[in-house]
Amino acid sequence: MSEKVTLTIDGREIRAAAGGKLLWAALDNGIYIPNLCAVRERVRPAASCRLCFVEVEGSAAPVTACTQPVKDGLVVRTRSERVDRLVRSAFELLLSDHRLQCRECPANRSCGLQKIARERGLKLRLTRLKPLPKEAAIDESAAAFSFDRSRCVLCGRCIWVDREVAKVGAIGFTRRGLERTVTTFEDETLAESICNECGLCVHACPVGALYFKQPE
Amino acid sequence: MTAAAIEAQYAGLQKQAVAKTAVQKSKPLVRVGTATCGVAAGAIPVKEAFEKEIGSRGLDARVVEAGCMGHCYAEPLVVIDKPGFAPLCYGSVDGDLARRLVADFLAGDDPCYEFALAALEPNDVFPTFSEFPRGVCEEKIILERCGFIDPEAIDDYIARDGYAALAKALALPPEEVLAEIKAANLRGRGGAGFPAGVKWEAARGAGDGVKYVICNADEGDPGAFMDRSILESDPHQVIEGMIICAYCVGAAEGWLYIRAEYPRAVERIHTAIRQAREKGLLGQSILGSGFAFDLRVFQGSGAFVCGEETALVSSMEGKMGMPQTRPPFMAQSGFRGRPTVLNNVKTFSYVPHIVSRGADWFKGTGTPGTPGTAVFSLVGKVSHTGLVEVPMGTTLRRLIFDVGEGIPGGKKFKAAQIGGPSGGCLPEAALDVPIDFDSLRQAGAIMGSGGLVVLDEDDCMVAVARFFLEFTRHESCGKCTFCRLGTKHMLDILTEITGGRGNPASLEVLRELAEDVQAGSLCNLGRTAPNPILTTLRYFRDEYDAHIFEGRCPALMCKELIAYYILPKKCSKLCDACVGSCPVEAIFTRADGLKEIDQQKCVKCDNCRKACPPEHDAVVKLSPPSLLSGKEGVPK
Ligand SMILES: Cc1cc2nc3c(=O)[nH]c(=O)nc-3n(C[C@H](O)[C@H](O)[C@H](O)COP(=O)(O)O)c2cc1C
Ligand code: SF4
Ligand code: SF4
Repeated sequence: MSEKVTLTIDGREIRAAAGGKLLWAALDNGIYIPNLCAVRERVRPAASCRLCFVEVEGSAAPVTACTQPVKDGLVVRTRSERVDRLVRSAFELLLSDHRLQCRECPANRSCGLQKIARERGLKLRLTRLKPLPKEAAIDESAAAFSFDRSRCVLCGRCIWVDREVAKVGAIGFTRRGLERTVTTFEDETLAESICNECGLCVHACPVGALYFKQPE
Repeated sequence: MTAAAIEAQYAGLQKQAVAKTAVQKSKPLVRVGTATCGVAAGAIPVKEAFEKEIGSRGLDARVVEAGCMGHCYAEPLVVIDKPGFAPLCYGSVDGDLARRLVADFLAGDDPCYEFALAALEPNDVFPTFSEFPRGVCEEKIILERCGFIDPEAIDDYIARDGYAALAKALALPPEEVLAEIKAANLRGRGGAGFPAGVKWEAARGAGDGVKYVICNADEGDPGAFMDRSILESDPHQVIEGMIICAYCVGAAEGWLYIRAEYPRAVERIHTAIRQAREKGLLGQSILGSGFAFDLRVFQGSGAFVCGEETALVSSMEGKMGMPQTRPPFMAQSGFRGRPTVLNNVKTFSYVPHIVSRGADWFKGTGTPGTPGTAVFSLVGKVSHTGLVEVPMGTTLRRLIFDVGEGIPGGKKFKAAQIGGPSGGCLPEAALDVPIDFDSLRQAGAIMGSGGLVVLDEDDCMVAVARFFLEFTRHESCGKCTFCRLGTKHMLDILTEITGGRGNPASLEVLRELAEDVQAGSLCNLGRTAPNPILTTLRYFRDEYDAHIFEGRCPALMCKELIAYYILPKKCSKLCDACVGSCPVEAIFTRADGLKEIDQQKCVKCDNCRKACPPEHDAVVKLSPPSLLSGKEGVPK
């Protein structure tokens, strides 16, 4: 049995395994914190989506729950003016280069972005920012699934399962800045690559970027 | 090995070095500053001119290369050290002056004072740099030897007590050396100002296994060049600091991460490492102490974000240079997952001085919070650009007006952009703040790596913010949401404003985004990227408003918000300098002989304004362009 610690989230006392991260302690206890890039098994979190901000007593500024270790006596609030503002901005930034056509999207109703919008009362459209459309051809080369970069939120979950679970290593991140994208070695199509089409990445994708051609 | 034996071994090295340099001193010596700044100004042909002229006259004089003395405005710089004279420094030397100096000074006995900039040693005849207004403000610790020693000759360094601090340190227990660094409160000069001693102590306490010491010489800020200058001018100082650090923390291997765009620095460091090994100052049992340490060089890929420590280590490990979350901190798990100390070039450079002269001496300079000196590269609208070293706590006013000798062309000071793309723009009102890490942060800027760009009335602050955002947008690694997308949206809004398409709502979005990108980004690139925006909004809000509400650029800099106009009263009618200068033939001669600009054709290149002879000075910029209507000759 691993050691347990007791912490307080939104006034609720919670016990969690020592050494774990706050995000998982909260989610396991039914307390929602927005997230897209988090992977429980990942030792060093990517911490790249910047959605899981919370207030931790004693910290001057909001911290990301995916990187915050749980500790005895930790007092956490999942909502505050500052947290809500950061989440709203990060969310709208992600929407600004996401092809927002939910009705045509295979992930409609199971989408991670829709979930955040629902939980936090955020709009699924741009209110302050201009759209930054991503021009990218859809990779339809694989038999069972397709990849539409214009919907990708760069969470990296597909890459993680490809490497750590499927142990194939067909895909990875490439390029910098706005050009950052998920791709295969030398930008081959999925069919040309070493991808064995196990489909794990499709299940990992929180949005409709990787999707099965035939609805499951 | 006893302390005495280590000291004795060093004393032997120094005796040799002094003897060698003494022989050289008996002959005239010409030092040509060939750091990158000197080379860019033409130092190599100057050096060749000296060599050729000395050769053809059959004189017995040596010509050597030296580093940067910091007086970059006067490059190429040459120092002539002739027995019987104080060493003299000459500025803006070209081939002709080189030949003349050989003929008159080396062959004859006329030092050509009319071309001399300063003497390097006090004498009765000619002033020294320290008598310059600038010299009075400066206090050189880590730049002291730069430009005055041959960076490719280790004996030059040793003869001036180089590696004496190492000998002293090796003779003491490591805890004692570390305690001195801690007591000195040496704060990291790579930007954040974190105490080096605290970092070292953590690494020292992280077990007995393999550890690394890394020197961060990535220096990616546009306009910053102090780390390069130090590596090119006094490489052994950095190496000595690194060895002492390694001794304190118990590391056997060190790396210098140098950006690949710095080939001269890489070359000189390689030479220095080789020479240090030959003297037993690197390698097994340094100075016979039993302590082993060696250094290697890693050439960085050139991305700005690779200067961030976790990204730097990733790139050294052959991965993409992308920042990672901390903890774990470097001192626990850095390069190859081992405890690692990573410091900036300047931070390591202070170390030998602190070990030699003690923590109390170090704390005698600077502010209580930040002891020591600050190194700035002073550039932009300032008369004397260059590399300066002043005590922490010096005011910006002193730096700009005394050290830099003010704004050229009688223009008015507007702002000091300090800390590079992560820094901020400070107005006139902030000029009297004594600068150190903490006071600058309060003002909204950062010390950063020490880039100081002076801006005058002709610089538009919105355009300046846009310039830096363009840089950070381009350099964002793209890993995290705020920085990848936030910098892009902020840049787009700034582009709208400078293009005359801004609106009050987007200005509000800009401010909100800037604050959120600052609070929400993963690494300090993103967290500091909004500083140029936040400081210009704070101190120069009126310029944003002028762009948005009046369509006017107060500095007459934003092309879309200005129009060129030829003043009929001033145009001479008799010349047509402007006509020929226009690349698009927008200027024509009217029936009455006056010149006029076809606004439809004008591309606002500024050529005509430069071409118009100063005695007429007839071409002006107007902003907003609507000022044109009603002007004589312009159709309504
Ligand atoms: C985007 C970015 C770029 C950086 N570039 C440099 C650099 O070029 N040189 C440097 O010494 N530190 C740079 N730093 C700071 C380093 O991460 C690190 O704090 C520093 O090298 C530590 O050394 P110090 O304690 O001696 O300052 C950079 C940080 C960031 C976020
Ligand atoms: S394809 Fe899906 S899982 Fe992969 S990075 Fe993009 S959003 Fe994440
Ligand atoms: S702040 Fe910018 S540079 Fe740093 S991790 Fe995020 S995207 Fe990369």
